[in-house]
Amino acid sequence: MAVNKETVLTIATLAHLEIAIDQVDDQIERMNRILDLVDEMQAVDTHEVRPLATPFDQVQRLRADEVTESNQREKLQSVATRTSDGLYLVPRFVE
Amino acid sequence: MVAHVTTPFQSIAEIRANLDDGTYSCRELAESLISRIEEHDNDINAFITVTADDARSTADAQDVLIAKGQAGPLTGIPLAHKDIFCTEGVKTSAGSKMLDNFIAPYSATVVEKLKAAGCVTLGKTNLDEFAMGSSNENSYYGPVRNPWQKSHVPGGSSGGSAAAVAAGFCPVSTGTDTGGSIRQPASMCGVTGIKPTYGRVSRWGMIAFASSLDQAGVFARNAQDAAILLSAMTGADPRDSTCIDAPLADLTQELSTPLAGIRIGVPEQYLSELDAPMADLLTSALFEMEAGGAKLVDISLPHTRYAVPAYYVIAPAECSTNLSRYDGVRFGYRCEDPEDIEDLYKRSRSEAFGDEVKQRILVGTFTLSTGYYDAYYRKAQQIRRLIHQDFVAAFNSVDVIAAPTCPGPAFQLLEKISDSIAMYLQDIYTIPVNLAGLPGLSMPIGQIGQMPVGMQLIGQYLDEARLLGMAHQFQQRTDWHLATPTLQATGVSHG
Repeated sequence: MAVNKETVLTIATLAHLEIAIDQVDDQIERMNRILDLVDEMQAVDTHEVRPLATPFDQVQRLRADEVTESNQREKLQSVATRTSDGLYLVPRFVE
Repeated sequence: MVAHVTTPFQSIAEIRANLDDGTYSCRELAESLISRIEEHDNDINAFITVTADDARSTADAQDVLIAKGQAGPLTGIPLAHKDIFCTEGVKTSAGSKMLDNFIAPYSATVVEKLKAAGCVTLGKTNLDEFAMGSSNENSYYGPVRNPWQKSHVPGGSSGGSAAAVAAGFCPVSTGTDTGGSIRQPASMCGVTGIKPTYGRVSRWGMIAFASSLDQAGVFARNAQDAAILLSAMTGADPRDSTCIDAPLADLTQELSTPLAGIRIGVPEQYLSELDAPMADLLTSALFEMEAGGAKLVDISLPHTRYAVPAYYVIAPAECSTNLSRYDGVRFGYRCEDPEDIEDLYKRSRSEAFGDEVKQRILVGTFTLSTGYYDAYYRKAQQIRRLIHQDFVAAFNSVDVIAAPTCPGPAFQLLEKISDSIAMYLQDIYTIPVNLAGLPGLSMPIGQIGQMPVGMQLIGQYLDEARLLGMAHQFQQRTDWHLATPTLQATGVSHG
């Protein structure tokens, strides 16, 4: 399966990434080379093979619904570029 | 300049003896290695951050413990952490511009455990950005150079950790392995490296790339040291629900177990596709195992050739999900003067991620998108089960599987960087092990053109002690693990 310009630009939008106009063709070519490699999978008959999502079919371990972490808001927000009164600041997007 | 109190290539056992009998102190040892790093790391670029002050104060505290007779196996042992393990108060970059300003507010479980065991952290090592790469050329901080030959790559993604041990900057280091990122650089740098069973070591605080594949492990000069260090990293962790619910393991327990009677499976198709020099070295290593009493058994892993294609669906899919957290809002890089929220997300990510990372995010986003999921992601997970079943079937008749770690020795810088597929195929022998979640170890078995190469031992689930024991027995019979590069000159010495 090959991707075209329209698909690549849609994917970039979904992934919140910009592709410079002069690099779109190069990006298409690189993605198609990877998809060619990936398409080798299609030679395998996987009819009725159950997908394996994680090694040895682990199941999610549950724990008691108790608070175990302390409130470290100031410490964790100290690495943010902009905060105010415990909130993260971003450009206004609701008028 | 600080006098070198020790040779830089001592093992943990040798250092332990010297610290305990007072030949030198933890502080003197740390100073000696810091000075060696200052002298040589401009060339190698193994470290992103050297934490010299922290190392000195930790070393002083360990000297007090030793004086009180309270030393454990790792008290005062210097190490370096791959810069993907969060370390409280220290820059934790994952090799990315995205996290160049990130001072971790907490420490990874691995970092906490090794600190509690008395290790002295010398710094954080270089890596491919977010662990994506097989040559350590994808780092925002520049490539790492192979200590054996500086024109060559050290392998990746844990290239800095492998090079640091090979260069004599530290006796042991930590790494992570998603598709071969410990075993491949271990092979290329001539050190011993082990990726344990998926879930053996907690992933808490380890920056995520592909969560169903990522696993922490170690680099060391020999299997005995690897066993000592890895033992201290294992154990259940309530903060990582995929961490196996088992107590701290003693992975040194099989070091003295002889090779006699161990059945080693050799995948027929692996040997036949190797170049002659690599096939010869592998054959010699297997002969040595046989001479020690192991029994070689032909096996087949028929779906191996589909492992790389399946991996390059699963890993990018998980990467695109994991890396969506880098949005310029809560931590990490933020672009200047964003126009609106979308511009903030888009420019922050586009300006701070490198090409390979963007490439994988795009591939992952595509394969998970509507209409393509079944053809790619579901198909890859089905292949993953077939690969897993290949191993299960093989382990019905053998105890361990031996394989090449990578197709050949380290290649030159820039040789493969523009060809993604050639780079991806470097991991053809390591990726199946991650897909199945099995433990894998690489140990040096010889040199090609004065560059080291390794052999991989693949074990059954939780059978790390056996792999380490077999490697230790092999290292009692051979001396490839004792070979060290000479940093001052271009040549190398053996012994």
